[in-house]
Amino acid sequence: MSEYIVFDKDHHEHHHKETFITKYIFSQDHKMIAKQYLFTGVIFMGIIGILMSSLMRMQIAWPEEPNIIFEFLLGKWAPDGVMDADIYLALVTMHGTIMVFFVLTAGLSGTFSNLLIPLQLGARDMATGFLNMVAYWLFFVSTVLMVASIFVEAGPAAAGWTIYPPLSALELAQPGSGLGMTLWLVSMAVFIASSLIGSLNYIVTVINLRTKGMSLTRMPLTIWAFFVTAIIGVISFPVLLSAALLLIMDRSFGTSFFLSDIFIQGEVLHYQGGSPILFEHLFWFLGHPEVYIVLLPALGIASEVIATHSRKPIFGYKAMVMSILAIAFLSTIVWGHHMFITGMNPFLGSVFTFTTLLIAIPSAVKAFNYITTLWRANIQFNPPMLFAIAFVSTFITGGLTGLILGDSALDINVHDTYFVVAHFHLVMGISALYGMLAGIYHWFPMMFGKMMNKNLGYIHFWVTAICAYGIFFPMHFIGMAGLPRRYYTNSNFPLFDDLADTNTIITVFAIIGALIQLVFLYNFFHSMFYGKKSPQNPWNSTTLEWTASMKHIHGNWQGKIPEVYRWPYDYSKPGYKEDFVPQHIPLKKDEEEY
Amino acid sequence: MITLFITLTLVFISIAIWQMIKIFDLTRALKGEKIDDSQIANDKDNRINARLMLGFLAFIYVITIICVVKYGHFPLITDAASDHGIKNDTLMIWTLALIFFVQTITQFLLHYFAYKYKGQTGNKALFYTDNHKLEIIWTIIPAIVLTGFITYGLLTWADVMNISEDDDPMVVELYAQQFNWKARYAGEDNSLGKSNVRLIDIDRANILGIDESDPNASDDIIVTELHLPVNKPVLFKMRSQDVLHSAYMPHFRAQMNCVPGMITQFLFTPNMTTEEMRNTPKMIDKVLTINEIRDEKSKELIKKGEEPLDPYDFDYLLLCNKICGKSHYNMQMKIIVESQEDFDTWISKQTVFKNSLIAQN
Ligand code: HEM
Ligand SMILES: [Cu+2]
Ligand SMILES: [Cu+2]
Repeated sequence: MSEYIVFDKDHHEHHHKETFITKYIFSQDHKMIAKQYLFTGVIFMGIIGILMSSLMRMQIAWPEEPNIIFEFLLGKWAPDGVMDADIYLALVTMHGTIMVFFVLTAGLSGTFSNLLIPLQLGARDMATGFLNMVAYWLFFVSTVLMVASIFVEAGPAAAGWTIYPPLSALELAQPGSGLGMTLWLVSMAVFIASSLIGSLNYIVTVINLRTKGMSLTRMPLTIWAFFVTAIIGVISFPVLLSAALLLIMDRSFGTSFFLSDIFIQGEVLHYQGGSPILFEHLFWFLGHPEVYIVLLPALGIASEVIATHSRKPIFGYKAMVMSILAIAFLSTIVWGHHMFITGMNPFLGSVFTFTTLLIAIPSAVKAFNYITTLWRANIQFNPPMLFAIAFVSTFITGGLTGLILGDSALDINVHDTYFVVAHFHLVMGISALYGMLAGIYHWFPMMFGKMMNKNLGYIHFWVTAICAYGIFFPMHFIGMAGLPRRYYTNSNFPLFDDLADTNTIITVFAIIGALIQLVFLYNFFHSMFYGKKSPQNPWNSTTLEWTASMKHIHGNWQGKIPEVYRWPYDYSKPGYKEDFVPQHIPLKKDEEEY
Repeated sequence: MITLFITLTLVFISIAIWQMIKIFDLTRALKGEKIDDSQIANDKDNRINARLMLGFLAFIYVITIICVVKYGHFPLITDAASDHGIKNDTLMIWTLALIFFVQTITQFLLHYFAYKYKGQTGNKALFYTDNHKLEIIWTIIPAIVLTGFITYGLLTWADVMNISEDDDPMVVELYAQQFNWKARYAGEDNSLGKSNVRLIDIDRANILGIDESDPNASDDIIVTELHLPVNKPVLFKMRSQDVLHSAYMPHFRAQMNCVPGMITQFLFTPNMTTEEMRNTPKMIDKVLTINEIRDEKSKELIKKGEEPLDPYDFDYLLLCNKICGKSHYNMQMKIIVESQEDFDTWISKQTVFKNSLIAQN
């Protein structure tokens, strides 16, 4: 692989006549594409997603009071500043969709798989730069469609991010199921195409373009995570695509895959013989693996960041790889735990309880390994490290409540309550968000050649960490008290009146948490332009990306691609003066690999 | 207004923090201190953040304690009011205990290690790559504990979902539509008449689409308030006419989706009448608290010249718990659990299906 092309400066310059368009827009360079995903998926969609969550929280805390912010942002959907009930559901739906798919799937994998797979493996670029570009632009189109759907006359899709029919299938059932839902479905179909192309590219690159010496067991855990994530994506996303296509057929061409015996608004519809439960199976066949598509890259990033900043090898590298594989495998056979009380055969419920609780084992192994990695470390509290530690914390807190939701008998009581909202936000939403932020702080120097301001990073971190627990921890308890999710207001149930003050506190945390992200945005953009120039390897990391040219060039390395002689976690290895030995340094005579 | 005020205050606070940092940096620069602007953590950063890690651990514990104390009635909303619910609650308590235990310990280790092993110039970490014994131990221990929980959970599940006709349950249909509930009792014969939404005939007031030619149907009784005799098993048959709904009866630890095109079912035995539940000490407390809150709100409403809120008294409820459209948040039905005699009196006053139809000529 190192034979590829030896770049010298002149060769490089006359070979690629780069225009603005090929460099910044239709770029085929993985580093530029990574940044494009970062800006579209993470920053742009992230702002929308968080803004929507703030609106929902304000509605829940102060339901009847007219609110200027609603009037200003929602216009005709908040006449006199009072939010419309349909729009609350639309916000829930779009927030969920945007966060799960756009920010934490495309944004997270798109940014870091693209940036790191070639750089950490010692490849000049992705296997095919052209398809990589196509994947990004398909993602862009799906983003435009999804954002456009917010502005249609009757409002965007409002059937929940799970878009269960018949609600999502019938315009008679709710206004959002008209054009809004059509755009949602088309956008997701394009999104899935993008995701499949992207994932195939990642898989092929990992298999074929590793530099000399980069055996599978010398791959950083980030790459393992991205690789396995891509595989899960390729296996499960097509199923959602079929579900979306069948739903489109039911909506527009009168088929009855998911619909049967419906009487709505005074008329009997012609549908017969379909089953909404079939849709639920298809949806969750993707939907559950999807949460691991969101989570695994964050796990990978956290492993890398924790090892680097604690100056210590990740504990149990092989166990970490095995548990990623085990989680990936199990994640494809647990989808039924979302369906215990849908009318599915109770025996099936038992099977899914069994497989679901099994996942706790590899997850526990991961948590213990992270904690052991910190033991007798020499922890450098850079902002990425803080986020990585917080990741482990929320991963544990959120993961543990999975023992309740995965247990069919207990799920009866808390299914679809705020307990679920608390659980998945902590274990998937916040954890993946932390992983992503850790990644941004850690690889910002790689992406932009500048350092981010650490003090702003500290403020951002501590306020975010407090708010995350402040928002989602109490939610477990209001969920156990029986409060259903996706409720526009709880004021119709005096039964829940004693939860109102908790809800207000949650909202205050949510607003502070949202505002503090402005500090991050400021830090991000300010550092991008005026930040301090980064040294070649600011965190003294062992992996290959820090040997590449900090100035972005096609082909990544000025000269030959470095060869790899050791695993990626030689931190504080005895026998060396420095506390890190990069992967491209040959073993000393008689040195054991690890 | 309040929101806007809070939001603006927060914006100002953040701007203030930011400016303070700037001033802080500037004064240091003016004093001629050498500023380390590498943006990489130094020993001082490590010390501060390490302490904050301990602080954060304390924060997690404190917020847990506050929530537990404030929330009070474990494990779920009120005491379970059904036979199987009591078993479910025991399982829930055990699981919660395990969760709190593991949570307390692992969060402690995580944050304490982060504090204890903070970086210092000159220190070196231990090169410690793996330890098979340890890893096997912490694979096996969760495996054993989980085996216990899985077995316990599956036995409970089998018990809850097992519908045996031997107990001779009373059959009741729960019928969901956007955005209300109806209940249909099977009548004397305890067998529901056949039904399909295609048979709905609004003009004849056949609102549930019941097959008029089915002899089982004639004595069915349709109501909008669910009454249940205490200590008698009830077999619910759920139906929906339009979209998915979910019949959620939290006090009874019962929930089942209503799916158009099919019939789903759930069986439970209520074991406490509404009256009994109202008189449990916990419930008396809860109702008092809620009424205090409502009084406060009423005062404000009266000031604004609006109607005050009604005082609250406890009733069991059936809530919709599957997103179903605009008024999903207000799709409820009252449930009353009473003695068999009271139930019999009540039901004898309801009109049977046959007589509720509007004749057409
Ligand atoms: C910034 C902090 C966040 C806040 C304050 C927040 C708040 C909320 C709220 C209030 C709901 C609606 C609850 C309901 O009425 O049922 C919700 C739903 C949801 N959120 Fe978040 N959220 C945040 C971040 C995230 C993140 C990072 C994710 C990424 C996975 C996420 C994914 C979801 C999903 C999937 C739903 C469910 C949507 C549905 O019910 O269809 N959220 N969130
Ligand atoms: Cu799942
Ligand atoms: Cu409903």
